[in-house]
Amino acid sequence: MSFVTRGFSGRRRDDNPRLPPGQTLVNDWPVLSAGPTPRVGTAEWELTISDETGADHRWNWDQLLALGVEDVTVDIHCVTHWTRLDMAWRGVSLDRLFENVESGHDFVMAHSYGGYTTNLPLEDLLDGKAWIATEADGEPLDPEHGGPARLLVPHLYFWKSAKWIRGLTMMPDDEPGFWEQNGYHFYGDPWKEERYW
Amino acid sequence: MSAQPLAPPGAARPRAAWHAATVTDVRRETPTAVRLTLDVPTWPGSEAGAHLDVRLTAPDGYQATRSYSIASATPGGVVVLAVDEVPDGEVSPFLTRELRSGDQLEVHGPLGAFFVWRPGQDDRPVQLVAGGSGVVPLYAMAAAHGATGDGTFFRLLYSVRRPEDAFFSDELAALTGPSFELDVVYTRAAPEGWAGPVGRLDKGALAAATIPASHRPRLYVCGSTRFVETIATWLQELGHAAADIRTERFGGL
Amino acid sequence: MSSHLDGNALAGALSDVFQGDVTAASARCAGCGAVSVLAEAMVYPDAPGLVVRCASCDHVLATIVEAGDRVFLSLSGMSTIELRRRP
Repeated sequence: MSFVTRGFSGRRRDDNPRLPPGQTLVNDWPVLSAGPTPRVGTAEWELTISDETGADHRWNWDQLLALGVEDVTVDIHCVTHWTRLDMAWRGVSLDRLFENVESGHDFVMAHSYGGYTTNLPLEDLLDGKAWIATEADGEPLDPEHGGPARLLVPHLYFWKSAKWIRGLTMMPDDEPGFWEQNGYHFYGDPWKEERYW
Repeated sequence: MSAQPLAPPGAARPRAAWHAATVTDVRRETPTAVRLTLDVPTWPGSEAGAHLDVRLTAPDGYQATRSYSIASATPGGVVVLAVDEVPDGEVSPFLTRELRSGDQLEVHGPLGAFFVWRPGQDDRPVQLVAGGSGVVPLYAMAAAHGATGDGTFFRLLYSVRRPEDAFFSDELAALTGPSFELDVVYTRAAPEGWAGPVGRLDKGALAAATIPASHRPRLYVCGSTRFVETIATWLQELGHAAADIRTERFGGL
Repeated sequence: MSSHLDGNALAGALSDVFQGDVTAASARCAGCGAVSVLAEAMVYPDAPGLVVRCASCDHVLATIVEAGDRVFLSLSGMSTIELRRRP
């Protein structure tokens, strides 16, 4: 029974070719939170990659940064319909982290401090497509934005870029993470508008 | 087996549904808020403290929905809202700046069966604590209390920045009497001739201006997340049972 | 501080799914076993969906994802909901 309310247009939606379908340009950085914000200091922070042999590959904060930090400028597309263009990030390429990981499995579950999870194909994390990000907009990442470190996978919707990242676990099959269990798409390509199941 | 359908407690109240509403009056409530009167012929009435969802549709089909507390506890047909503008918001700036009499929008409700006050439910006194626009559902409770002649003792503690930021000032003042006491805390600036302190509420001031725990009041607290959490914590420290404190936080995108 | 609301805020989304207003119903948390009225749970609205957490232990009780004309509702974090027969 919906009808138009006179004068209402909502946030501007424009035809910028860099905007995937259904997205709206923003200049700020909205904070999305599905729970309490974990407070993890860099002194206690640790990242683990677990493979099917049971072997763990671990990095503390200094070891992560020692792998080599690079600057990245990318567009960010959130499934809640906002897009930010040309966002400046710094982080460590996942290619560095996976250099010595031998796994026959094709999928990865990302785990966060606080319990959040999201699933990704391994190939979407390699070849310069994903980072462990430690800075954005020239500043260390705030806890609200996933600091001290978050996953950054800009070619997929932003819920895949898990905040407060603490681990990556190799999986033989594509199992759903938190939002993927609860209605969101397993893969999440913004250009195909893969929002929901 | 019983043939009766299962439902949540208290489900006998009007069922929530979508309704077409026509704006009949828009007036300024505070420098940042408006009071909207809506004519909703199919509205079944609502309990004091309930809320509704407002849905706006753009010509291209884009929709935005937000929740607002209902300021009226009227039997039906008319709904009064008081909407504060959220800076950089998408819906509230439209409602506070663009909307005028004759416009139509959709409302979904009545909603909320928990943060409500029902006349005659028991004889325990009622303490309301409001921060800013959080007074809206509590005003509905105070108005319903006044309108039904319910003898329960009511007290409202209302925290506002400045006198001009207070919602329903005249209506609240008119409700005061033997069974309704109003205390206002000004956090930034007080009216001329104000003898009391100006500044943020603290636990001592809260204790002084609310019904003591020994009288076992029912408490309703509404405001921003930070306000509600602070007040609810202090109330428990002052001896009120957590189960007696009902809260409604507002905020969100 | 992360901003969350009360379970009251679920009434709109859930009234489309349940008969009556389910926010006044009690539910048992599958994480810690605490029983509380849904209206007193914590609701995180600023996320890709509504996330409902136990006020005692933060366990996720429910999620609601609105997807156009579909609603994805997960109640997997609650072991039981108490409903009553109509009088």
